[in-house]
Amino acid sequence: MSESLRKTINNMKTAFPMIVGVLMLVNLLNPLFGKFYPKIFTGNYFLDPLLGALGGSVSFGIPLTSYIAGGELISGGVSLLAVTAFILAWTTVGLAMLPIEITYLGKRFALWRNFINFFFAIIIATLTIATLNFLGL
Amino acid sequence: MNKEGQNKNKKKRLSNSNRFLLLVTGIYIGIAFFEPELIKNALWRTGEVLVKILPVLVLVFVVIYIINRYLNTQKIRKHLGEHSGWRGWVYAVIVGVLLAGPPYVLYPIFGDLQDKGMKNSLIAVIFYNRNVKLQFLPALIYYFGLSFSIILSVYMILFSLLNGVLVGALVKKAE
Repeated sequence: MSESLRKTINNMKTAFPMIVGVLMLVNLLNPLFGKFYPKIFTGNYFLDPLLGALGGSVSFGIPLTSYIAGGELISGGVSLLAVTAFILAWTTVGLAMLPIEITYLGKRFALWRNFINFFFAIIIATLTIATLNFLGL
Repeated sequence: MNKEGQNKNKKKRLSNSNRFLLLVTGIYIGIAFFEPELIKNALWRTGEVLVKILPVLVLVFVVIYIINRYLNTQKIRKHLGEHSGWRGWVYAVIVGVLLAGPPYVLYPIFGDLQDKGMKNSLIAVIFYNRNVKLQFLPALIYYFGLSFSIILSVYMILFSLLNGVLVGALVKKAE
């Protein structure tokens, strides 16, 4: 067996149980946290982006799902600031994905990346809304 | 220790990914006693997603094989390695925007590229720009409007570069 094929099979052996485990965890967490989202976001200007980023961090999925969830939250009265942080953290911070990210990219890389992304979600959300307000859009 | 003993130890030791799967399975079994419907739905959904992503997983492992077979350390180092220069950052932004697939199928690919000399900062840039998804832009515009979508996308691209700089520097410092 060639070296490259052996390496690929080893990759598969590591990846598959992790992928199944992560999917099981996410599909257990999403319905549990999903029903609390409307209660978590109260409209507070300072707490909302923080809560939005926290809410997004414990969920994950394709960006499209976060847009739909975010759109529904806005319809439910949640501020755009909170929803922006929520959709940013949804895809950039992945607590459920952390074990698999650590396995492949290293503990330091995964922890620093997620830590920075959490704060970036709050900063970008604030900047985006501030820019929209500044431009009068 | 003799060879037989070593083999026994090897057999007994579970990999981290198998341990993680066992842990999650244990959580499922525990919750199933109190919330059987929740577990049933979660398992059903997991099965659905697995079937859906199976072709993607096969494709991912084909890509990993091709990378293992043809991509050598010199090439990675040249375009996305230590001396890739400003072009490496531009490539990373473009790759991130164009790259499709969920993160759990991309980690093995980038873990492999990292081993071959790809810079941590550029991996971070690629991962951050996965949020600027051209195929999902109509949905973003539909829900949040054109101005919001443009401003958010521009900030995400700019912050992806800052993200790369910070992740690169902090990981390097920690090493």
